[in-house]
Amino acid sequence: MPRGPVDSDVDLRVDGRAQRAYDPVILGAIAAGGAIGAAARYLVGLGWPTPPGGFPVSTLVINVVGCGLIGILMVLVTDVLTRQRLLRPFLGTGVLGGFTTFSTYAVDIQQLVTGRHAGIALLYLATTVLGALLAVRATVSATRALITWRTR
Amino acid sequence: MTRLLLVIAGGLIGAPLRYIADRAVQARHDSLFPWGTFSVNVVGSLILGFLVGASSALPHDVQLLVGTGFCGALTTYSTFSYETIRLYEDRARFLAVANVTASIVAGLGSVFLGAAVSQAIWS
Repeated sequence: MPRGPVDSDVDLRVDGRAQRAYDPVILGAIAAGGAIGAAARYLVGLGWPTPPGGFPVSTLVINVVGCGLIGILMVLVTDVLTRQRLLRPFLGTGVLGGFTTFSTYAVDIQQLVTGRHAGIALLYLATTVLGALLAVRATVSATRALITWRTR
Repeated sequence: MTRLLLVIAGGLIGAPLRYIADRAVQARHDSLFPWGTFSVNVVGSLILGFLVGASSALPHDVQLLVGTGFCGALTTYSTFSYETIRLYEDRARFLAVANVTASIVAGLGSVFLGAAVSQAIWS
């Protein structure tokens, strides 16, 4: 049973092709959110640095936490706060998209592999994917259950 | 403080560019597979790989602006994971597994490629 878009950033099936392609208000909300998310990620990394050859715990935590939050947000915007037009662009596409990162994840793995820490690289690769997917699955289910319980 | 501002500037550009690129890719591919997010993650990984390979040649400010800020915000783990779970829930389980496998293989390949190119230029 499809609920809401597959892509939380853009889904033309849901957003509709009729909507203006580049609405400046939406782009502004995404940019502001992206700046906040990127700054938060930078500050977490500064406060919790990963030593060379070490397991990148801060990037793992950033990505898993961001995935848990997108699960909550997407259920809320598709089932409850359906009239809040800027909530998904600002918080989902902007803040959480800017906070979580795929490129740093990939570079972390490459750095570990080239530094001859293939075991840590593989462990990091797997725990991030599993942690991120489980986080989304858990928060989507929990948020849906909470909404069903509240509206019963 | 200047460093934080560089990261903010990169994020300010990277996040809306992800939205624009994602939208442009989706408008051309009418498939369930999330090609838009896949594309931005691969391109962002290529650029960050290039930057990391050139880390000794490029100033740290460039790394913060383009690497941490721009590439970090252009690419996303939350959208990638959310899409994967949505595909899985919609019984498109093959696409869910394909999305994870293809994103990781292509993302890692791009990082190695980008790093190799910049090392070839600056060494």
